[in-house]
Amino acid sequence: MEMLSVKNIGISFGGLQAVDSFSITINKGELYGLIGPNGAGKTTVFNLLTGVYKPDMGQIFLEGENITGLSTIEINKAGIARTFQNIRLFKNMSVLDNVKCGLHNNYKYSSASGILRLPSYFKTERIMNEQAYEILKVFDLDKEAKLLSSNLPYGKQRKLEIARALATNPKLLLLDEPAAGMNPSETEELMDTIRLVREKYDVTILLIEHDMKLVAGICEKIFVLNFGVKLANGLPQDVLNDPEVIKAYLGE
Amino acid sequence: MKAQLVKMKSQVQKLNRSTRSNVITIGVIVIAYTICMSMIKAGNMSNLLQNLLVAMCYYAIMAVSLNLTVGILGQLSLGHAGFMCIGAFTGAFFSKIMVGTIDNVLIRFTLAILIGAAMAGLFGVLIGIVVLRLRGDYLAIVTLAFGEIIKNVLNVLYIGYDSRGIHFSVNDTASLNLEEGGMVIIKGAQGISGTPRNSTFTIGVILLILTYLVIVNLINSRSGRAIMAIRDNHIAAESIGIDITKYKILAFSISAALAGVAGVLYSHNIATVQSTKFGYNTSILILVFVVLGGMGNLRGSIIAAILLTVLPEYLRFMRDYRMLIYAIVLIVMMIFNWAPACVNWRKKHSLKGFIDNKIRKKAKEEA
Ligand SMILES: Nc1ncnc2c1ncn2[C@@H]1O[C@H](COP(=O)(O)OP(=O)(O)OP(=O)(O)O)[C@@H](O)[C@H]1O
Ligand SMILES: [Mg+2]
Repeated sequence: MEMLSVKNIGISFGGLQAVDSFSITINKGELYGLIGPNGAGKTTVFNLLTGVYKPDMGQIFLEGENITGLSTIEINKAGIARTFQNIRLFKNMSVLDNVKCGLHNNYKYSSASGILRLPSYFKTERIMNEQAYEILKVFDLDKEAKLLSSNLPYGKQRKLEIARALATNPKLLLLDEPAAGMNPSETEELMDTIRLVREKYDVTILLIEHDMKLVAGICEKIFVLNFGVKLANGLPQDVLNDPEVIKAYLGE
Repeated sequence: MKAQLVKMKSQVQKLNRSTRSNVITIGVIVIAYTICMSMIKAGNMSNLLQNLLVAMCYYAIMAVSLNLTVGILGQLSLGHAGFMCIGAFTGAFFSKIMVGTIDNVLIRFTLAILIGAAMAGLFGVLIGIVVLRLRGDYLAIVTLAFGEIIKNVLNVLYIGYDSRGIHFSVNDTASLNLEEGGMVIIKGAQGISGTPRNSTFTIGVILLILTYLVIVNLINSRSGRAIMAIRDNHIAAESIGIDITKYKILAFSISAALAGVAGVLYSHNIATVQSTKFGYNTSILILVFVVLGGMGNLRGSIIAAILLTVLPEYLRFMRDYRMLIYAIVLIVMMIFNWAPACVNWRKKHSLKGFIDNKIRKKAKEEA
């Protein structure tokens, strides 16, 4: 079953065609890798999928539903959540509250019940706390729940971003360089966590990574982007042995 | 009795840290209030200070409510006094036409406060929809403009009341065409006079505590988290489906409504209310309280508002140098208030730290 189906989307900034006729089909439950050299347009693809930029052309379907042109908020509600290459946590809020922000649309009570502390406030907050702790445990962050998120070490901040995105209960999770800045053992651990998350939360994942070996170890399929256009797409062993791909990465 | 105390103590210990800090803040306000009241009773309080008590309350309410917009939502507003103006005039207007109809002062004043808050909140929504698309400097300038517009419109507005209803004019009293026995309530630049003087220190303190509770409860709720998420990173907030516009307007209008409450308190404390009082000078003054007390720090706003309301009155003996000294004190406070050494000292010696420590020690002993 198709989770995401993208047909020929593209965008240009001034004279620069950052992404050109990008098409991809991701099936439910798949773990897909998106790789490519610096400036290839990977993050721009994420921004197009999440409505940060509106595509100049093409269409995006989530589970068959056309989501092209929807706002970021609507797209998240439709089921796409993401993390950011340059970490964007809520810095002045606790680790727990960051995740509870992610739960915002899943558990609701009115502002008035919050201000007046009506029973629905206590009931819903309790459920939210339980849910948030459960997610934090998956990422081994539950002991830091009360810390200010900006006081977490870098690697844990990246994990917290994934936790927050996951809290929105997405069908499709987009991870932009989740292992950037991590040491090899941290990266290894993160990859295990990502596998676990996919099983436990039944979520389809598209992830951007620079490290091709790393991507090959975890992804079932890989898409290679170069200067905004497709270079290769398919199974890891085929893609990574493709002479075009090797050329793009290693130069002539 | 003793059993009760022990129970109370264990209940305080069970509270989580933020709740405990709020209980302490409200406790300190109540204690300060009790001390003031007993000083008044014993005749130990100077007239100067007595006359400032209600002012401290409405300035403190203004400061905490502005902190919701500036510190919690993270949007710079320079027109907060405009909402106070709306509250002041609406509340006073209501009280004046209802003086004969509703005899019970408490009911009438409560209604005046609610109506003043509702009207200011309504303007908060309307203005918020227009201005909250802007950010930073642009937002600051436009809110300043709206504050001035409110002030100037009320400065030329004449409103009268007779058996046929309410009449408006922007020219003069005569053009209201009131029938015999009609009453002019808002007289342009002369404003409203003769509003019943219902504001008392007690009511002021109650309103301050209520304002504080509204904001604190908001902050620690789902909506409050959304508001702070927008402040910290609006792109990330959108990415997790938080409706930015909705929560910006919510925070802005609650902030405006509470400024309206302060306005009602103000207009029922003074013989004549004139709109010129609510210019950008007042807005900036309130912003100074917020900045000095710390962005997002409600307790700091209250303390700063009280200190800086009292200070200029005590500097009156310096005559012409008064504002100069006031400015210097401000600068010195700004420099020292947030110096790391000062912050550490405050942390070490704060009441909250003291109680937190006690509880931690006790927990350790028990373990
Ligand atoms: N908002 C924008 N305005 C102008 N140019 C942009 C914008 N966003 C991206 N670009 C350009 O589009 C191209 C692709 O950028 P993008 O960030 O998508 O690359 P990337 O593949 O994520 O690279 P990296 O591996 O460095 O993260 C770059 O040349 C970049 O400068
Ligand atoms: Mg990128």
